[in-house]
Amino acid sequence: MAEFTLKVNGTKYKVEAAADTPLLWILRDHLGLTGSKYGCGIGQCGACTVHVNGESMRSCALPVSAVGKAQVITIEGLSKTGEHPVQQAWHEVDVPQCGYCQAGQIMSAAALLKKNPTPSDADINSAMSGNICRCGTYNRIREAIHVAAKKVKS
Amino acid sequence: MSTSSIQFDRRSFLKVTATTGGGMMLGLSWAASAAEISEAPFMEAMTFNAFVKISPEGVITIMSPNPECGQNIKTAMPMLVAEELDCDWSKVVVEQAGLDSTKYTRQVAGGSGSTPASWKPLRTAGATARQMLISAAAKRWNVSASECSTSNGVVLHTASGKKATYGELATDAAKMEVPKDVPLKAVKDFKIIGQSHKAVDNKKIFTGKQEFGLDFKREGMLIGVVARPPAFGMKIKSVNDSRTKSMPGIKQVIRFGNKVAVLGSSTWEVLKGRERLAIEWEVDTKLESSADHDAKMTELLGKSLEKPQRKDGDALAQFEGAHKVIESKFEAPFLPHAPMEPMNFFADVREDKAELIGPTQNPGSARNAAAQVLGIAPEKVSVMMTRMGGGFGRRLNADFAAEAAEVSKLAKAPVKLMWTREDDMTGGIYRPACHYLYRAALDAQGNVKAIHVRGAGLNVGNPLRENNFPAGAIEHFLAEGHNQQSNITTGPWRAPVHNFLAFAEQSFLDEIAEATGKDPVQLRLDWLAKAEKSPVGNVPYKIDRFRNTIELAAKKANWGKAPAGVFQGFSAYFSFNTYVAQVVEVTLEAGQPKIKRMVCAVDCGVVINPEHAINQIEGGLVDGLGHAMFSNMTFKDGVPDQTNYDSYRVIKMGDTPPVEVYFVENELDPTGLGEPALPPLSAAVGNAIFKATGIRLRKQPFSLNGLRNV
Repeated sequence: MAEFTLKVNGTKYKVEAAADTPLLWILRDHLGLTGSKYGCGIGQCGACTVHVNGESMRSCALPVSAVGKAQVITIEGLSKTGEHPVQQAWHEVDVPQCGYCQAGQIMSAAALLKKNPTPSDADINSAMSGNICRCGTYNRIREAIHVAAKKVKS
Repeated sequence: MSTSSIQFDRRSFLKVTATTGGGMMLGLSWAASAAEISEAPFMEAMTFNAFVKISPEGVITIMSPNPECGQNIKTAMPMLVAEELDCDWSKVVVEQAGLDSTKYTRQVAGGSGSTPASWKPLRTAGATARQMLISAAAKRWNVSASECSTSNGVVLHTASGKKATYGELATDAAKMEVPKDVPLKAVKDFKIIGQSHKAVDNKKIFTGKQEFGLDFKREGMLIGVVARPPAFGMKIKSVNDSRTKSMPGIKQVIRFGNKVAVLGSSTWEVLKGRERLAIEWEVDTKLESSADHDAKMTELLGKSLEKPQRKDGDALAQFEGAHKVIESKFEAPFLPHAPMEPMNFFADVREDKAELIGPTQNPGSARNAAAQVLGIAPEKVSVMMTRMGGGFGRRLNADFAAEAAEVSKLAKAPVKLMWTREDDMTGGIYRPACHYLYRAALDAQGNVKAIHVRGAGLNVGNPLRENNFPAGAIEHFLAEGHNQQSNITTGPWRAPVHNFLAFAEQSFLDEIAEATGKDPVQLRLDWLAKAEKSPVGNVPYKIDRFRNTIELAAKKANWGKAPAGVFQGFSAYFSFNTYVAQVVEVTLEAGQPKIKRMVCAVDCGVVINPEHAINQIEGGLVDGLGHAMFSNMTFKDGVPDQTNYDSYRVIKMGDTPPVEVYFVENELDPTGLGEPALPPLSAAVGNAIFKATGIRLRKQPFSLNGLRNV
């Protein structure tokens, strides 16, 4: 067990945990931030996606000891009340079925748009290839990313 | 906090909400939406019936009794109530009801049955409450109820100009006598049904606040994982848990049956604790491999059945004298459901009662299974449903809920049991593996004289749906289905049996069309005409609805008129009382087929929430494509070869072509949509790939044939 100081959604937290504990379980069990989901534990499904210094990362495969002083943003911290263009676009397109993967999808989409504000279908397919939606809402996710891109532009 | 201050908070919140709805934050698309209001507590609401509560401020709460697994029933069911209640949908708060057999019937997400089963009862609940509000207003104004009308949550008396909101009337109205035989609206008068309404939990989902089963937390609960046999057919020989027990954070290690539960205060600690268990396993029953399964099914396909599931005429005699026989074998593997949220459940078992909370498609069966394992009466078990991270049939089975109850009882503590992805994928309850043999006897003119289907599946029950079209149109029809026991556990998987039978059947119809030189769409229409004119035996499908659906799909997809280089495949299927017809378009890129477009026509009667209906159908097609192309579950000596999303391939965004959905418009009672769009899809894909490549795909997944969806 060791003590770690983390900066999550702009707030500093001290947590005591084994060094190899994945960030996902720190967020969920220690900080009560359950918006990031467990789906596979091996970085294959994307349900746990968070931003680490602005980069999209799989929190299930990132040991807490490797986070250091990085700024971590989770779905809870993406915007104050859900006003991020990606969140708004997701509502306009009415994307979800079960909704379990959508926090991860939104975090990956937000990271994509930050780097590439006008992505093509191929750019989106490539950036989102690590996020599984078992309900098959992919076409809506792709559409919502285009809608969000337009919002960012205006 | 005192009662009065709570009420002040409630009132002020609602005032703010009303202002927002009026325009201040109109730019925000979920301002004053149902989800927004639902976060606020409100004044004591008056209960009208099991579905409707109205508070004096006018907040209308509608209970949604069925489990939500992504079919968006939590939006659709309240819409039915709200339609007949005649209220403002944007002011409705939706609450998930727990299991309550005294108030609700069929609290199940399965069999595409929630919508058809709720169509009349939920509308009646809304209409009844509306009638009570009218009666209260009529009494207050001393006028006849028949002179009063309603609009958008207000009762009106046109002659005098009097009006009152539902909130103003709620206290009096809830005390009125409950009327019987209340009339329901005509379809043409619907204002809410038939219009698209956003999912009520959207905001919570997009901001990370939606609680799923795995997110549930209660003070003092333990988190648990379970070590289960690594192979089907193995049992525990010995357990040494000393290395686990000495770890920090581990509270209890409990052996029960052939399993060992590790309980502690955090997920990572119990996962590490489980890794350090030293368990010796031994063979209990035969360890089965996929090769054994294939051999067994092949053997059964060679055997006739004394009592076939369906026998019209004398098919075998027709085969003996046939001019030509075509015959094909189709194969499908076991499949896990692999919902994004793995199995989990919370259980707090006390001396004489138990509380269960978690993601289940069938809370009644979770209650009964828990009661049985605990040895208490089912009435002593309460079940609350969380939103589910997918179900696909897996959560119809109650094994994981009963297991949580058993562990809580043994631990004498509240426990949230979670399955890892590996536990979930290797833990059983799969879609059964199935093989089918289809034969058709043709005469010299190319007429189909007889069709013979023989199915064999592992723990499948009846592998056939023997009354499926083209039964009814074929004079000599024989259907025989074998079931083989296996120690690989199975359960319902989205559109049970249909999900693979449709592939075999609809691919074989395409082969018949090819062999007889007929257009696949025309062949189906001709046979429907035959079944209409001179039906053979039981014909459960409605000819005109099936025909309309097939014709709509063909028309919308420009069937037969594809541009050069685009190859079309057709498939049509009737299941769960819903009619579906599909056209898939394929092109060739560097010799590999690429799925370019999927078109689907559906007759499900009245469409309640069009955007969600389309979403559900899109999902069905995408799910069907993914499993047809990629997904495979195999076994070696009882051990599953696939354990996680790295070895078990599911469909991804880049594999997903555009989907077009069209509805046959009518005013018939609605049928379900969770399942029916999936079964026919893989045949439409296979038939299109045949047109493009000349290769007939008869074994799933298609990737086994070296095909990718490039």
